[in-house]
Amino acid sequence: MKADPLGVATGSHYMDGDHACAEGAIAAGCRYLAGYPITPSTEVAERIAVRFPKVGGMFIQMEDELASMAAVVGATWTGVKAMTVTSGPGFSLMMENIGLAAMMETPCVVVNVQRGGPSTGLPTLAAQADMMQARWGSHGDYEIIALSPNSPQECFDLTITAFNLAEQWRVPVMFMMDECVGHMSEKVDIPAADEITLTARKFYKGKKANYKPYKFNGQAKLAPMVKAGDGYRIHVTGLTHDERGYPLIDAETQARNVYHLVNKIRNNAEKICLFEEDQVADAEVVVISYGISSRVALKAVEQAREDGLKVGMLRLIVVWPFPEQRIKQLAKQVKSFVVPEINLGQISLEVERNAAGQAQTILVPHPGGWVHDPDDILKAIKEGAA
Amino acid sequence: MNVTEQPFSQSLEIPSTEESLKHPMEDYLRIERFPHIWCATCGLGTVLTAFITGLQKSELDPDKVSVVSGIGCTGRSAGYLRLDSFHSTHGRAVPFATGLALGNPELKVAVISGDGDLIAIGGNHFIHTARRNIDMTVICVNNFNYAMTGGQAGPTTPLTANASTAPYGCYEYPFNLPYLAESSGAVYVARWTALHIRRLANAICEALLKPGFSFIEVICPCSTLYARRNRLGSGLDLMKHYHDQAIIRHGADTSELQIDFQKEIIVGKFVDIEKPTFARKRDDYLSERLGKDYVPYKGP
Ligand SMILES: Cc1ncc(C[n+]2csc(CCOP(=O)(O)OP(=O)(O)O)c2C)c(N)n1
Ligand SMILES: [Mg+2]
Repeated sequence: MKADPLGVATGSHYMDGDHACAEGAIAAGCRYLAGYPITPSTEVAERIAVRFPKVGGMFIQMEDELASMAAVVGATWTGVKAMTVTSGPGFSLMMENIGLAAMMETPCVVVNVQRGGPSTGLPTLAAQADMMQARWGSHGDYEIIALSPNSPQECFDLTITAFNLAEQWRVPVMFMMDECVGHMSEKVDIPAADEITLTARKFYKGKKANYKPYKFNGQAKLAPMVKAGDGYRIHVTGLTHDERGYPLIDAETQARNVYHLVNKIRNNAEKICLFEEDQVADAEVVVISYGISSRVALKAVEQAREDGLKVGMLRLIVVWPFPEQRIKQLAKQVKSFVVPEINLGQISLEVERNAAGQAQTILVPHPGGWVHDPDDILKAIKEGAA
Repeated sequence: MNVTEQPFSQSLEIPSTEESLKHPMEDYLRIERFPHIWCATCGLGTVLTAFITGLQKSELDPDKVSVVSGIGCTGRSAGYLRLDSFHSTHGRAVPFATGLALGNPELKVAVISGDGDLIAIGGNHFIHTARRNIDMTVICVNNFNYAMTGGQAGPTTPLTANASTAPYGCYEYPFNLPYLAESSGAVYVARWTALHIRRLANAICEALLKPGFSFIEVICPCSTLYARRNRLGSGLDLMKHYHDQAIIRHGADTSELQIDFQKEIIVGKFVDIEKPTFARKRDDYLSERLGKDYVPYKGP
């Protein structure tokens, strides 16, 4: 399915990541946004508020992020593509209904333009410290998909990917920007609508009586959805449920339900994972990074190469699910992984776990408020090569 | 007609055909989910029946009606209705319903949930949704406590009433729900009890047909927890209390509808006004402001 030309601002633009994300959402066919203002994400909602009335979208500013996320889940069941936008404190409030979206297998996109935390933290300055929260911030066992763009262009492109993945896997997708990427302005090329491929929601067309909203197989073949109002008279719940969507409070149903939620992502992780490699073939050290940190890391990698070090780079684009197989493979090849991230060690833990002692993992932490000094990353690369 | 003349063979015949075994509301109930979880003499079954009666009376196309509940005993209502039905999270039924109502403007959305769900944890959503005049009907089943979790005090527990977390009686002021709803912007506000089944069903019909944020409080017996803890007898005794103490006063000033422990309960229809809904107002306003640039939201 191709994008609707009405929503696609085809052409070359100079815009920041927040605005590019908004344009990406519109191009992806998102026509419902419920949100609550919070720095540094507000510009996404503001652009949507300007643009939606001209492209047939519905924007509503809710009373808080609890409501925003609940409204997004509700709206999605009418058949519309829906999203919300926030930053740390709001992301925390959204966790409740992100869990509901996971449990109800409701495709939607949650944008988090990360700022420093904990609590109110650094409202206007960058961090990447919500990566673990993105994965498991709501209670219970579930899996989601998370992406991390590193430029305004990617804020556009990957927002479309985020909606496509949400539809394909019937899962809430976390779009993990950071303040730097959100607020940096660069060239953003928006292609023609017919060059943008969208994943359309799969709707059930069969007999009404036979419809079940879920198929618990932990596989890529998920049950198609229906729209509220189309006469299927569905029931969906946040309680543990069977394939009819009916609640059943027992251990067997729990096992079927939860294994499915987790396995549909885990068993297909290699299909979902998306990363970019540079100069990895002969590398003895691989820098693993994402978002704004990957751009700072690039500087360090270039310097290290100039200094004659065999260093490569792996940039995570989809962060969750994590590319476990690839890290395991590389661990056999390299001496060290260097992981710069604007937190005190989150993704580095995943790297370390998958390296499983075969290669060392060197975290280059940063508590937030600014990006790394490339020299700190270079130092770690040298340590890793030694 | 003389009673003895009645043909007994017909009137007392035990129904045996498939058709007569059918529950009269089966088209609206997920019979396969019964028995329900509610206690004997709980009023929630009555409310559910009144809802179905009101819906039938409204002649709305049931395929276009969605029901949302939060969490609690009342929160189970959505799951028993054979309609598009959504069992959301505690307190979030109303914003979830906002998603449905704005997502597909053709839908009529009803929320059936408890006093704790709608007014405590969901209180902020409740007032803001009323303020915006989102097109939905909210039915708040007020059993004066948090029944599902074992009878704790809540935002409607009357002063001095006992609850598990108010073991010496409640000393917090309760909300007066019709007053709250009216002052927040609701276009239709009524209160009935689980005893007033016919009037309640009529109110539900009216509310469903009313564009905008309509609100009905239903005073409902919780025999297992509220009645037992307050030594009020059975659910039937609570119904007797409603019978003796409920006073119908349509158009009453909502500021005077506070419910005191085991005192009179003013019921009736208090508010019924016209006001453009959120979607209507948005549409009218934006088409005027943006002219031909405005593309109305059509739904999915
Ligand atoms: C976030 C959250 N907090 C607490 C609970 C526990 N809980 C379940 S139902 C309920 C209260 C329900 O009371 P009410 O809305 O009055 O419904 P009733 O059971 O009385 O019909 C609570 C506190 C929960 N499910 N979720
Ligand atoms: Mg209650």
